Amino acid sequence: MEHVTQHSDPHYDQEASKLGMWLFIFTELLLFGGLFIVYSIYRFLNPEAFQLAGNELNPVIGTINTIILLVSSMTIAMATSSLQKKNKGLTILLLEITIMLALVFLINKYFEWGVKFDHGIWPGSQHLINDMSKGEILFFGLYFVMTGLHALHIIIGMIIIIVALKRVQKGTVHADRPSLLENAGLYWHLVDLIWIFLFPLFYLIH
Amino acid sequence: MQTATHIPHDVNYLDYKGKYKGIFAWIFSTDHKRIALLYMYSMLVMFVFGVVLGLAMKLELIAPGRTIMGPQTYNSVFTVHGVIMIFMIVIPGLPAVFGNFMLPIMIGAKDVAFPKVNLLSWYFYVAGAFLVIASVLFGNGTPDTGWTFYAPYSFKTGTNLLPAIFGAFILGFSSILTGLNFIVTIHRMRAPGMTWFKMPLFPWSLYGTAWIQLLATPVVGITLVLVALERIFGIGVFDPALGGDPVLYQHLFWIYSHPAVYVMILPAMGAISEIIPTFSQKHIFGYKAIIASTLGIAFVGYFVWGHHMFTSGMSGTAQYTFSVLTFLVAIPSAIKVFNWISTMHKGSINPDIPFLWAVTFIFVFMIGGFSGLVLGALATNVYVHDTAFVVAHFHFIVFGGVGFAFFGAIHYWFPKMFGRMYDKAWAKMGWAFFTVGFLTLYSPMFYLGMMGMPRRYYDYLPEFHAANILSSLGSWVMTFGLLIIVINLFRSAKIGAVAEINPWNGKTLEWTVPSPPPVENFDEIPVYGEKDGPYEY
Amino acid sequence: MEKEKHHIVPYKVYIYILVALIALTFGSIGIVHLNLGGYSVLGALVFSTVKSIIVLAIFMHLKFDQPFLRIMVGFVALVFSAVIFITFLDYYFR
Repeated sequence: MEHVTQHSDPHYDQEASKLGMWLFIFTELLLFGGLFIVYSIYRFLNPEAFQLAGNELNPVIGTINTIILLVSSMTIAMATSSLQKKNKGLTILLLEITIMLALVFLINKYFEWGVKFDHGIWPGSQHLINDMSKGEILFFGLYFVMTGLHALHIIIGMIIIIVALKRVQKGTVHADRPSLLENAGLYWHLVDLIWIFLFPLFYLIH
Repeated sequence: MQTATHIPHDVNYLDYKGKYKGIFAWIFSTDHKRIALLYMYSMLVMFVFGVVLGLAMKLELIAPGRTIMGPQTYNSVFTVHGVIMIFMIVIPGLPAVFGNFMLPIMIGAKDVAFPKVNLLSWYFYVAGAFLVIASVLFGNGTPDTGWTFYAPYSFKTGTNLLPAIFGAFILGFSSILTGLNFIVTIHRMRAPGMTWFKMPLFPWSLYGTAWIQLLATPVVGITLVLVALERIFGIGVFDPALGGDPVLYQHLFWIYSHPAVYVMILPAMGAISEIIPTFSQKHIFGYKAIIASTLGIAFVGYFVWGHHMFTSGMSGTAQYTFSVLTFLVAIPSAIKVFNWISTMHKGSINPDIPFLWAVTFIFVFMIGGFSGLVLGALATNVYVHDTAFVVAHFHFIVFGGVGFAFFGAIHYWFPKMFGRMYDKAWAKMGWAFFTVGFLTLYSPMFYLGMMGMPRRYYDYLPEFHAANILSSLGSWVMTFGLLIIVINLFRSAKIGAVAEINPWNGKTLEWTVPSPPPVENFDEIPVYGEKDGPYEY
Repeated sequence: MEKEKHHIVPYKVYIYILVALIALTFGSIGIVHLNLGGYSVLGALVFSTVKSIIVLAIFMHLKFDQPFLRIMVGFVALVFSAVIFITFLDYYFR
């Protein structure tokens, strides 16, 4: 029904949707890129304050979340392989694991932010503005914005993976039409890619 | 789900009856040609707002002191004028209208790569436009920051800025989706045999533009998000009281907004590169040089943003780096002008309406470009920074460049788009009034700026009075020309003489399909042979 | 267009890659504990860059895709680095 005026090219163009996804990933990279510019400038201007503030973060939670995301990246990559091998059951299982891992990541993040809130640290909080140096205010401002935006991308990624999972179950995504799953995978790896840089910049300051 | 819908090839896209009726046949249509017209009509509506605001400013400036509005109103008027004109008219301008309409036809495709995404990008456009209008109508006061939303004022002002920022963000998203669609379309859907270097120049310019849209727009997106968060939570990133650096805002803003200038001008240059060979009946001179200069402008244009910030307290090293890079952009721009002139040389020129627009484009573009060199040089920039000179310069480039190219393009492709020819006597009159009005409106501002009249003030010293009167008179003449053009085109779309398939004897693919084009453009996808090319006269 | 051949990556390759990525993660944690002063950020970022290249090449299939995708990714990385470099021309020399 939806193809009324679409190019009546009978075969569907897998390469085109892959290229489209990559281009979208570029825009996402530059979206975060803007934040990385802000981060690098302010870290350059306030090296000591960033170190002081960075010690507030818990590197153990950061490391656990890094490993969670890496594992989930692997499971969704495996899911695309198993779809091509026409192993529907395994594909579904792997996607479910990926979604669970994403959820665990978010729960960790929730507790991590919760601890900060308990310490009176949130954007614009009195404790932050009255008791901390300007560099620390900037650090926590960027911490909440960057990890928050990243968490938002995790949620979007989860939704996309859930849609892909439903389509795999229904059988509209299969070995000959894998684009949706492949693009969900690409998006999920993007989320991982950004975390790979967020992790050392926030949790590994000594 | 892939129902074999048979679309009759003798039905043109305007008459085609699909599943939906009335207006829904348009706003639910994924046909690239209908989406192009949707963009054009919605842009026309916004353009009317923008022009009225512009006229109001010129009326205020017809005499020193308060004429029709006070300072706060004037601040709001130039802000909204800028937001509308930049984000809703000139940035989407040529890509969204002529890119959408012509790109698939010119490369021999039946539609863009993602027709539904294409429609979605128009929805985003409309949503963004509504949000900006909402910021005017509701809340406590219309935004008064200027279209640049400079920090720290953008989070200090009590006016209703958030909807405007959010609107600009969504408009950016619309622009990204259009660019994404074009890149994939060009990569995947060129007709068999049409290699990269057999592609016409307008698609080439859209390709360069699309990359800028894709890589620059997200940066301003995140910057606007940061300003919004600054307003809501006070995260501190641009607030000097909390350690932030407002100059960093300017960096981020111009990292997008300078390349955005090339989003505006590159497709304009592309359209001119189509018109000139057709009306000279000659192969374009230096085809590859034009492509190289398009990509060169797109690339170097990404790294010159700092020339908007020469007086902001940047380091000296950054200042002269940006100045040098800015001068570099002049080279590919000049290459294009030489190529256009050389194409005309010894051609059999047909001085019809589109050609007149193209030649005037070259004229105003050169004035705009040369004044740009004045601004790109450090010393003179400091002298005329934030004066009427700057206003004159960017109106010559942005309105002169894009406006003349847009009108040239619409007069060029109109017979193809609507299957009818416009009244040429009226069209010529519209062109004449518009051009004279344009030059009378903006030329005095060069002088005023040199004499020291600052921009963005509702008032000025008495010695600037005479030139301001001239400028205001020009605004009326130009608007009269605009009215003639628009009314003539609307009338002609209904009752004009039926146009031939190829009234200008063009050689690109859009002149091989019926006018107006059928729903899927081609019965059979054209095939480019060894000897075929877009400009083989 | 003819059907592009599709490379199916075996599961065990992904497992090796995961092990390598986790090892690199601990490597980056290790390097910042070495007290390299100002260079520890650089060290950690080098590890991150290596990790991201592995993710791009294997998980995101760039290694098996058409070359123009690799060119595009490289181009985007180049543009972004240039933007950071030019921005620092202001802050470093201010």
